[in-house]
Amino acid sequence: MLVELNGRQTAFPEGARLRDAVALRCHEMSGWGGATPPPDAPVVVLNGWQTDEDGPLRHGDSVVVVPRGEFPAREELASMLRARNAPELADRLAAARVGIAGLGGIGSHVAVFLARAGVGHLHLVDFDVVEPTNLNRQAYRTCHIGMPKAEALRRELAEIQPWADVCIDIVKVTEACVRTLFAGDAIVCEAFDHARSKAMLVNTLLEQCPDKVIVAASGMAGIGSCNAVTTRKAARRLYICGDGVTEGGPGQSLMAPRVAVCAGHQANMILRLIAGESEA
Amino acid sequence: MVTVNGTKVTPGLTVADYLRQAGFDVSRVAVEKNGEIVPRAAYGDTLIEQDDEIEVVRFVGGG
Repeated sequence: MLVELNGRQTAFPEGARLRDAVALRCHEMSGWGGATPPPDAPVVVLNGWQTDEDGPLRHGDSVVVVPRGEFPAREELASMLRARNAPELADRLAAARVGIAGLGGIGSHVAVFLARAGVGHLHLVDFDVVEPTNLNRQAYRTCHIGMPKAEALRRELAEIQPWADVCIDIVKVTEACVRTLFAGDAIVCEAFDHARSKAMLVNTLLEQCPDKVIVAASGMAGIGSCNAVTTRKAARRLYICGDGVTEGGPGQSLMAPRVAVCAGHQANMILRLIAGESEA
Repeated sequence: MVTVNGTKVTPGLTVADYLRQAGFDVSRVAVEKNGEIVPRAAYGDTLIEQDDEIEVVRFVGGG
């Protein structure tokens, strides 16, 4: 029978067990599969689930074995993603390219979520630099202060998913440059801060780019119930996430959890679009 | 009657008239008619007609 072991088709005799696959990758198994596996036993993922239990191998199984604490090779990481996402979705995710306009509380989290999920190509657009005041809700750290957000986020993503292809544009998005700037992105995530900038980007993309789908955000300030934050399909090519009304401003700050909830809505809708779903 | 954002309005207005009457700031909205964008330059010429489905998306700040 054939089993995909760390991304490679590997032949095993009938009756082989998971521990045989583990032994092939780790000659010292460090007690994996025993009643009380020691802390240094390898990490074993069978068909997308991490397991400590031995069992029979079946034809077509996907097994990933990584010695604990060791960084996996590229094909091992890709294999883990494939096993977790189902192969056809993993292929679509790896081929997808998403543009993210604005890298504040929404955009920085959307980028992190999409990279973790296995989106292969991310296009990060923002003109601004990281300020200390951004740390209340954006996916940056003190070491990034003063750095362009696009560059800081590229470095963060490289630590999370080193083989995602990330390209950046450190520019202010104007109506004149929208079409050219996002020409290569089938899906654009609108993640600006100002209402007028949001409306400008969404209108310009929908008016000038007939095939593009936009996932935008409106209303996520404060600490109101997260249950008010939704995804809705506003038009054939436009999805809006947020509560639609809660504006950031004096006395109503943008707070990390609700902003991240909205970013999660957007990232999930983007994954659904990549998977071929069109309902909100 | 016509449905705009789920509520009934009288047909015959242009999109520009409707937005003004309803108090929208045109620089913060996107308008869809029957699922497709109404270009901003066409608000003054686009009539809201019987059986149209109009959706005005209003953006608020924050991100």
